Amino acid sequence: MEDTLFILNGKETPFKPGQMILEAARNGGIEIPTLCYLKGAAPTGACRICLVEVKGARSLMAACSTPVSPGMEVFTDTEQVHKARKLNVELLLAAGRHNCLMCEANGNCRLQDLAYFYKITKLQFPEKELSDIYPVEDENPFIVRDFSRCILCGRCVQACNELVVNRAISQGYRGSESKIVTGGDQPYNNSECVFCGQCVEVCPTGALTEKKARGLGRAWETQKIRTTCPYCGVGCQQWLHIKDGRIVKVTAVEDAQPNQGRLCVKGRFAYDFIYSEDRLKTPLIREAEGGFREASWDEALDLVAEKFKEIIKKNGPDAIAGVSCARSINEDSYQMQKLFRAVIGTNNIDHCART
Amino acid sequence: MILIVGSNMTEAHPVAATFVKDAVLGGAQLIVVDPRRTDLVDFANLHVPIKVGSDVAFINGVMNVLISENLYDKKYVESCTIGFEELRQKVMEYPPERAAAISGVSAEMIREVARRLASVKPAMLMYTLGITEHVCGVNNVMSCANLQMLLGNVGFECGGVNPLRGQNNVQGACDMGALPNVFPGYQRVDNEQAREKFRKAWKVKSLPDKPGLMMPTMMEGLTTGKIKGFYVFGENLANTEPDIHHVEHCLQSAEFLVCQDIFPTETTRFAHVILPAAAWSENDGTFTSSERRVNRVRTASVPPGEAKPNWWIFKEIAGRMGHKWKSANAREIWDNEVSVLAPSLAGIKYSRLENDGLQWPAPSEDHPGTATLHKDGCFTCGLGVLKAIDWIPPAEVPDEDYPLVLSTGRRLYHYHTRTQTGRSSGINELLPEETADISAADAEAKGIVDGEMISVKSRRGEVAVKARITRQVPQGLVWMAFHFREACANWLTNPVYDPVTQTAEYKACAVRIDKLKAMTLAENECNEV
Repeated sequence: MEDTLFILNGKETPFKPGQMILEAARNGGIEIPTLCYLKGAAPTGACRICLVEVKGARSLMAACSTPVSPGMEVFTDTEQVHKARKLNVELLLAAGRHNCLMCEANGNCRLQDLAYFYKITKLQFPEKELSDIYPVEDENPFIVRDFSRCILCGRCVQACNELVVNRAISQGYRGSESKIVTGGDQPYNNSECVFCGQCVEVCPTGALTEKKARGLGRAWETQKIRTTCPYCGVGCQQWLHIKDGRIVKVTAVEDAQPNQGRLCVKGRFAYDFIYSEDRLKTPLIREAEGGFREASWDEALDLVAEKFKEIIKKNGPDAIAGVSCARSINEDSYQMQKLFRAVIGTNNIDHCART
Repeated sequence: MILIVGSNMTEAHPVAATFVKDAVLGGAQLIVVDPRRTDLVDFANLHVPIKVGSDVAFINGVMNVLISENLYDKKYVESCTIGFEELRQKVMEYPPERAAAISGVSAEMIREVARRLASVKPAMLMYTLGITEHVCGVNNVMSCANLQMLLGNVGFECGGVNPLRGQNNVQGACDMGALPNVFPGYQRVDNEQAREKFRKAWKVKSLPDKPGLMMPTMMEGLTTGKIKGFYVFGENLANTEPDIHHVEHCLQSAEFLVCQDIFPTETTRFAHVILPAAAWSENDGTFTSSERRVNRVRTASVPPGEAKPNWWIFKEIAGRMGHKWKSANAREIWDNEVSVLAPSLAGIKYSRLENDGLQWPAPSEDHPGTATLHKDGCFTCGLGVLKAIDWIPPAEVPDEDYPLVLSTGRRLYHYHTRTQTGRSSGINELLPEETADISAADAEAKGIVDGEMISVKSRRGEVAVKARITRQVPQGLVWMAFHFREACANWLTNPVYDPVTQTAEYKACAVRIDKLKAMTLAENECNEV
């Protein structure tokens, strides 16, 4: 037993060999704040927010990238720890322009949460000069990159390279010139980017946000409804962010099967077809001269039923055939085949599985 | 070890592809068998660029090596399968050299594939429509199964034969019995007991006992007058079926065509009645994914105007034809009918679908669902059947008049006929038009430059489309999608079908490409100046 225990805030806590302090602590019920840590990717220790005190160590250690050893004594809640974390938050705040009022991520920002938690009311360090901040890049239809809010945590780089492996995003330049770049510092749409938006999904601040969602609703105004993607057969789990009965944004359900927090360009960004003005809104009946006229449900349904009855009477039920929809819900296909078999009396029911 | 055959996952199933790439980063081997150099090839240990439609010959060649070099799983074959001797005799007719001559890859590469596959266990095989959309689609699928059984890979996690289904609920539509030969849960309509069960449940006097028509035969029936009434629910047949001129002739011939959809489409133009339906996020219900996972779909917005849920529309028509159905929402339909009538879904109730859904078969309410079928090689049908299969070429092969092969599929940014993605803001910016993807060699032979409008012509039609010169496509191949109406590949595709499934040969027909006559080379140069 001894070699799988460490001391967390004075309490014996189990860990798995090779586990980092962060994960072992979270398993032990102690939450350590993070900005750069990304589950499933190699820890980088970039943001220094997860600093903890380790007895015997010369300095504070990053919990995300320090492996636990047997008997190690770790403190996550000391004055020294909080002082260091607060200082790091202050430095990050000064490294850009974090004006929450004008930020799409307001209410959905880990940096904002930390600034609030540490009761930071004024900036301790001068903010970076606007002229030193890379300009906003939003030449593509879906993703806004606001470098004034980028804390260089590298989560987008890791998500792009280690999770979805599209290899479009990387760290560019050095020191104070550092910048997250795509395709040798090109706009997203000139790079390898396939607009899966995983970078937006993992961004802890407002540096990467969904262009289509801008101004449509703050995090606290929206309700999340879980559903299944309407495109390919993978069955990705999505959160629909709803404000006033309207979808304003789609994100992935973290840890859900089968997609484990991932979506593609269609699943994440191609949701607003439902609001198209082209939608069919009333039943339509063809007129003698070829055009269509609007009709009531009663008139249209009566016509369909009468016409089917007439065909059955004259030509038999097998003179009617139907094709169901592989996009619609199971219950719709069930009803349609039941209509054909039990009501019309034919097995002439199929769908596009074969074509 | 992952073997991908006829599947362009990064574009057609992007999220599934991310897990393949993760596996490669984690050390898995990847073999991609595809005529095109698809994006996953960048991650592959081996790309096997077989000729379009040569899958059976290639796989027979691989199996020839596995048997000749004693690399197959004898124990598995003996205890879990039947038909080995017939298979052995057949694949002995396909030594690597012969398979190589048909498939266009070297005999050495075929040997290497076999040896690599035999070196890791289990190996997972994934395929998509590159396997099924051929006149020999069924044989292609069975060849994949042959290979995986010979390697002893069926019935294990990270093994098996895994088709990636192209649409969100194509699995579910099959499960629900939207097929001419089976009731929900694959219970055959020509089985008297099954019929009796459904007859009682649906409270009707009788149910039809002979399997119905498959879609292509239905469409033909419209032209011969055999089919008078045609009900098309959520399908844009006028763009998705092969040979659009012919398809539109069929639709035009319908005496009474009902279309139920969320948008006006090229197909609804032919309708006599159009019924407006609620869309994806306007319904409560379930989709079933490729991995047989039944997932919830939830209502998030209201349908526009008077659009109604599809299940309600069917119920109303049934009511007007003298049948009063009880279930009044999707949950009642599933819980009280579907899961009661389909034994493999008996354990799946809405109350159990709150989180990650359930994978069928789940025969009882305490069953956790089934992730892997045919567990440990114990096939649901008893023993796995190895089947001797001969290669046949595509129905239409290149000749002097039409010297190139056209193969078709989907691209990342659009989906099918763009009824949805074409109306989602931003998507059209990323992919505004169709292209004919051709090799540099074929382009050069015709003096075609990248981005130039060209003619692609088959025996069925001709389209004007922008040429895209790419190293993805080998010499002799033209590749197009069916997303855009004007340059839709289905003006060109060949309406020939697998004899069993009636799946059309979208993946192979003969075409020619030419510079557009209207714009001669000289004019083109003028324009550039």
